[in-house]
Amino acid sequence: MEIHQVIFWILSLLTLSFAVGVIMSRSPINSVLFLILTFFSISAHYVMMNAQFLAIVNIIVYAGAIMVLFLFVIMLMNLNSDTEPQKNFLVQFAAVISGGALLLIFVAALKSSFTGLEGKDINLIESTDIGLIKNLGQKLFTDYVFPFEIASVLFLSAMIGAVVLGKKDKVLQAPK
Amino acid sequence: MILLAISLSLILEKVILIAVILGASLGIAMYSTWAERKVAAIMQDRRGPMRAGPFGLFQPLADGLKLFMKEEIIPAVSSKFLFVLGPSIAMLMACMTSAVIPWGPDIPKADGSVISLQVADINIGVLFIFGVVSLGVYGVMIGAWASNNKFSLMSGLRAASQAISYELAMGISLIALVMMTGSLSMREIVDQQHGFWANGYFTWNFFKQPLAFLIFIVCAFAELNRAPFDLAECESELIGGYHTEYSSMKLGFYLFSEYINMFISSVILSSLFFGGYNYPGMDIVAAHVSPLMVSLIGVMVLLGKAICFIIFFMFIRWTIPRFRYDQLMNLGWKSLIPLALFNMLATGGVILYFFNDK
Repeated sequence: MEIHQVIFWILSLLTLSFAVGVIMSRSPINSVLFLILTFFSISAHYVMMNAQFLAIVNIIVYAGAIMVLFLFVIMLMNLNSDTEPQKNFLVQFAAVISGGALLLIFVAALKSSFTGLEGKDINLIESTDIGLIKNLGQKLFTDYVFPFEIASVLFLSAMIGAVVLGKKDKVLQAPK
Repeated sequence: MILLAISLSLILEKVILIAVILGASLGIAMYSTWAERKVAAIMQDRRGPMRAGPFGLFQPLADGLKLFMKEEIIPAVSSKFLFVLGPSIAMLMACMTSAVIPWGPDIPKADGSVISLQVADINIGVLFIFGVVSLGVYGVMIGAWASNNKFSLMSGLRAASQAISYELAMGISLIALVMMTGSLSMREIVDQQHGFWANGYFTWNFFKQPLAFLIFIVCAFAELNRAPFDLAECESELIGGYHTEYSSMKLGFYLFSEYINMFISSVILSSLFFGGYNYPGMDIVAAHVSPLMVSLIGVMVLLGKAICFIIFFMFIRWTIPRFRYDQLMNLGWKSLIPLALFNMLATGGVILYFFNDK
């Protein structure tokens, strides 16, 4: 085995065990910390594929900002075990069914993405400079500029929505 | 099986370099605590530490010894693992940023190759710093939550919201800088500021991006959790903030990581905006002394600039009173972010209309 294959298997094992840790741990704080570790190991996968920009942006955005907000909210919750809502059997059953359906779709999507590639030798190490920031930017602002701009409009609308939601209380209290 | 094809001497160079950098950062952080007390004393017309050694120079050693000897108390109902993890993360993140900083010009070896005074010249150096900074808040948050103390928790929440708010402005102000330099590599950014004066203008980024520098340094204060932005450890409201429940060396780690962060951010400020290891007349000096001396002078210049920034940080701490929480948020969201956005737009416009070669 080549060295990058060894690293890949170790990383994959780590990623999967952290991901399992997210859903297995009882305390939500531990779940969040496991999720942060999962993001780190995914970033390591990006580095393996020579996509350093994606790796660091993954850490800045997910581990550095979004998970801080997660932790922020969870710290404010009352985490006593007696306040934990007991879910009834029907809800658990429905959750298992929908989770299983999602898994099925993921596996099917993964399988269909390999069709047509049988027998071809894919070597990621040799063929990639695309993850470097220069090439990524050029692709993003030439070939994919329309979806990119659409995504930014989507973010803007989400931001405006958040501001509107945040302002609502003040407007209601004003006539008192 | 062929392992990575890296020569042993390169690994040895890097290990020595990392050891020297970490040792130097710890040493400078240690004497920053002494300098802070001296600066405070001078500004308040006192004498500061005097007893331990000449001018109280052994005071940091005595402080460290005291922290080691104190009893370690871990709150009975907290999560013990997370309680220990908090200060460890704070310390780790403080030490990690130094990896991408170019500490000096390359030292040429006899066989033509060079010894680089930078641990890793990655092409996303600025983003790496940004990533590590954004992770630094976990140390405070985890420690604050694991303390199982209302005041600590309040402090953790304050630290988190402050860090997130000011990271935005910091990032946008850096975008303007990166647009101008056209590179995210720290080595490249520093090399572009070669000398002091070229083509009829200053080469240092401070003179090209004064507004970005102003925004960046205010955000640096906020990210450091330092006065006037030290709401996370605001003793008049929150006792000691996130380190209320900490004792012994774990408290020491929290306090010490702040000083390491201060040193590292001073180095980053001087590298990004004040030319790093470049200084006026460096080409004349380079022509007259040996290459090794050139590198050493470069390192000394960088450290000198960093020490000036550290003293500036201290002056501000003992001059400006602490912000109120709403003032802090207003400054971050309503002043700094619009200013940074304006700066980014203006930079883009200037580049497009005056420096567009195509």
